Amino acid sequence: MDTQTSLLTKHYRTLSYISGPLVFVERVANVGYGEIVTITGADGAPRAGQVLEVNRERAVVQVFTGTRGLDADTTRAHFTGNVARLGVAMEMLGRTLNGAGQPLDGGPAVIPEKFLDIHGEPINPYARDHPSEFIQTGISAIDGLNTLVRGQKLPIFSGYGLPANEIAAQIAMHARVLGTSEKFAVVFAALGITHREASFFIQRFETSGALDRTVLFLNLADDPTIERLITPRAALTTAEYLAFDQGLHVLVIITDMTNYCEALREVANAREQVPGRRGYPGDLYTDLATIYERAGRIKDKPGSITQLIILNMPDDDITHPIPDLTGYITEGQIVLSRDLHRRGIYPPIDPLPCLSRLMNAGIGAGKTRADHRGVADQLYSFYAQGRDLRRLVAIIGEAGLGAADRKYLAFADRFEQEFIGQGDTNRAIEDTLNLGWELLRAFPANELKRIKREHIVKYGKGERG
Amino acid sequence: MRGAITRVAGPVVVAENLIGAQMYEVVRVGALGLIGEVIRIEGDGATIQVYEDTAGLRVGDPVAASGAPLQVELAPGLLGSIFDGIQRPLPVLRDQTGDFIARGVTAPALDRAVKWQFTPIARAGDVLEPGDLIGSVPETAQIAHRVLVPPNTRGTLIEINAGAFSIDEPIGILQNDGARIEIKLAQKWAVRSARPYARKLDPDTPLITGQRVIDSFFPVTKGGTAIIPGGFGSGKTVAEQTLAKWADADIVIYVGCGERGNEMTDVLEEFPQLIDARTNEPLMRRTILIANTSNMPVAAREASIYTGITLAEFYRDMGYDVALMADSTSRWGEALREISGRLEEMPGEEGYPAYLATRLADFYERAGRVIALGKDARVGSVTVIGAVSPPGGDFSEPMTQNSLRVAGAFWGLDTGLARRRHFPAINWITSYSLYDLRKWFVENVASDWEAQTGEAMALLQEETKLMEIVQLVGSDALAEDQKALLQSARMVREDYLQQFAFHEIDAFCPPHKQYWMLRVILAFQRELMRAIKRSALLDRVIKTETPVAPPNNENGASRAQEPVPSKAQEQIAGEFAQSLAPGGVPMTSTDHGALLERALALPIVAEIARMKEWKHAEAESRARALIEQIEREVGALR
Repeated sequence: MDTQTSLLTKHYRTLSYISGPLVFVERVANVGYGEIVTITGADGAPRAGQVLEVNRERAVVQVFTGTRGLDADTTRAHFTGNVARLGVAMEMLGRTLNGAGQPLDGGPAVIPEKFLDIHGEPINPYARDHPSEFIQTGISAIDGLNTLVRGQKLPIFSGYGLPANEIAAQIAMHARVLGTSEKFAVVFAALGITHREASFFIQRFETSGALDRTVLFLNLADDPTIERLITPRAALTTAEYLAFDQGLHVLVIITDMTNYCEALREVANAREQVPGRRGYPGDLYTDLATIYERAGRIKDKPGSITQLIILNMPDDDITHPIPDLTGYITEGQIVLSRDLHRRGIYPPIDPLPCLSRLMNAGIGAGKTRADHRGVADQLYSFYAQGRDLRRLVAIIGEAGLGAADRKYLAFADRFEQEFIGQGDTNRAIEDTLNLGWELLRAFPANELKRIKREHIVKYGKGERG
Repeated sequence: MRGAITRVAGPVVVAENLIGAQMYEVVRVGALGLIGEVIRIEGDGATIQVYEDTAGLRVGDPVAASGAPLQVELAPGLLGSIFDGIQRPLPVLRDQTGDFIARGVTAPALDRAVKWQFTPIARAGDVLEPGDLIGSVPETAQIAHRVLVPPNTRGTLIEINAGAFSIDEPIGILQNDGARIEIKLAQKWAVRSARPYARKLDPDTPLITGQRVIDSFFPVTKGGTAIIPGGFGSGKTVAEQTLAKWADADIVIYVGCGERGNEMTDVLEEFPQLIDARTNEPLMRRTILIANTSNMPVAAREASIYTGITLAEFYRDMGYDVALMADSTSRWGEALREISGRLEEMPGEEGYPAYLATRLADFYERAGRVIALGKDARVGSVTVIGAVSPPGGDFSEPMTQNSLRVAGAFWGLDTGLARRRHFPAINWITSYSLYDLRKWFVENVASDWEAQTGEAMALLQEETKLMEIVQLVGSDALAEDQKALLQSARMVREDYLQQFAFHEIDAFCPPHKQYWMLRVILAFQRELMRAIKRSALLDRVIKTETPVAPPNNENGASRAQEPVPSKAQEQIAGEFAQSLAPGGVPMTSTDHGALLERALALPIVAEIARMKEWKHAEAESRARALIEQIEREVGALR
């Protein structure tokens, strides 16, 4: 964060109210909305804050590092005259920074090449380029059924105890665009995750050799809560610089957005805003959109920003406001299943509620393979039927099923064990599709209604059941 | 008039000394001149919603009133354009400020440099009333832009010129009580007021969407309203875009209200390349895009649907059929909620303001088929199709419920169907249309349209009932005719209702092809049922055969020469005869699985699945041939 001071700014000692993350500063003049404030308490340590509301009498300031130890008498507020800005530079690659962008790795301060407003500006929809480059993640459930493309924003809806971090790290390690070796970078934003989780990621980046192409923004579970509100923005500002100024392909991993939303709720409640669903502020959708929409491609620019967002669904509830509003903004979702996880299937990705909205743009002849769409739809459709039948089996037993129904049931089992449950292997898209055909062999050709006939002839050779 | 800021809270700014400010007047805020709108007046102070990010605004910064409400510019050149929510042209903004939208930037909505070829129709000396035709401009190859006397303007035409004009240049002069009024190609209109018309008409013509589930079962009229609610991933956006591509409207206005940026890019890249089958012109030539993505300022999102519908009314007044797609009205509702919260208004249900229902009704009621103002009584229409994004896919929330109150058609998207990759995922049990279009379909498609669609819908409803049983006890418990019914219903679902939006042929299915596809499936259904009945009865005739000759009695005298058929046998034979004729009787036998399996293995079944790929023009002849084949082959099954 840019904390350069200007000589003309004033210090105020007029705090009238301190509550939660908020302080009220009275009788201020010339204070801008969104301005960055430095609050210095009795301990002499400066804390960063931001103006949330300003009127003739007072400014409402949220203090990113919390208000513990502040008092109304001696605390000074210094308005910097700047909105929140971040100094960005290429040399940030390989660095570890705190949630506000200051070094944590003992290295020197980053020498900025540019100062950017961390809130960014919306990309002009007319300037956007349509994302259409297939990214191979090596995971069949993603590549085959919910393909990721460059410039997409795709969240992983997880639950506590499910291996979302492992999957995200695996994607970061294996993800590549077929037939290219372009410059890439990873920007990693940790929001309120534990030390253990953070060191897991750092270790994985290290072993894959990606660490010196990674910028880490760490706001861990014991770091100031409110700082989390600027961490994803600082990370995305860096990503925008790397992608659109420096031409890199940037993968942004943000984990865990649930903690971000909690912080947002904390501030909203402290401000006594009218709460929306489950106490989250009414503008949660808009707030999340200003983060997620900072992904994509821009016409005539070489770089791109792809977002992989991890969030934990409280009580595995996909209708909870956080996953719900996220799903309305992102271009699909990867949903993890506790049931698959319990049965030891890794990665435990449940294909049925998953979706990739940009899949069609990234697959097909010349990108993956001509039969991709058909195979994906057919696998999906049979698996869905198999899953329906499982519920029935629970009631009437497998003996009550006809031969045709048993075929779907057997397919669903094999599909989970072999197609989804690939372990931590890295599977090429060809292998994923061929495995799909292998599983589809259990059905006669005329049942493969979703696949074009010429593709059945070309790819579906061999004995059919 | 200049005021000064006294408070800033997000997109809401309070200013003082704005004496005489009017509700919904546009103001310029701060040194950057951010665009805002007055939404509350208290004494000489005003509350303003600002359409751009307010970071950096300070107490005391100037606020300048413009004297006019939020207006849009209406003139030739709108078609093919892309605007943000307050009609700023996005390509021009990109030229001015680069790939990101900077604050305070303004640009005229339409290009002043373009000269339009104007051909007068009215003549000097004509007495003109609002809405009267003055002349026309060829806006695109297909759309003649009719230049009309603006509402609230009248007089005697004293001068009119032909030739090439920019939209700012006068093309003629009206004289009214000594006042001279210059007529230009461009006019302005305040977006929050509906444009006037002479009379509203009852809508009686369907908006043909080419989507089978909509046109066949839940049609919407030209001038009607429809809503598409659905949880995320249920296909709202694809449905809206498909309708924007294929609906048989003259002009389409697509409002991307608080949605994804990449989806707007999709439309922007795809529409110029797609060719409208009816006009052979790129689709973009009939389309206006309004893109206010979710990360663009929330107040401009609130304005975007008004901007959209005002443009729609403008072309309606020229006598065109306009379709407006709003994706998603929920984001508009949320913008309303956010601003209401900042105003510290008393919240209604789920934090939405109490006036949500009124605002929604005001918006949807701007749809309709009307006789426009003007002597030549042009008929035009605005159809509104609004997507709704209910939180958690729960339709009981306020946006969905309040939209239902005013919408004429309800296309409920079903997450369960979407997860089975059944698209469009419109639930055929819960959806409805209040429009009675039977007359039109009977006159224009087929006399038994209603019977066919009714039969197909009955099949689907019966399937739902049977599926409840199946889910409890398994399909083995069903009688054979019920199993056959399930198969036919599945055929309706998979080979009729499912439609792939990106298929080269099937993306659009004209009504006559819909009709013939249904005829084929229903023919299969009838023949299959008949075959099963026949086979079952035949079976029973054999099984119930009684000893032919009764034993002789002790007296050695035969009681009867001829064996007397039992009551049961008579009845079965009658049923059997009946089963060969249409109509038939209820079934009882349960042991004919082989027949059903054989029927489903026939090549005609695969051919039915390929009907979607039939060329539109060949649909009838191929359907007739296929029906004959079905009658022959299924009819031969024993």
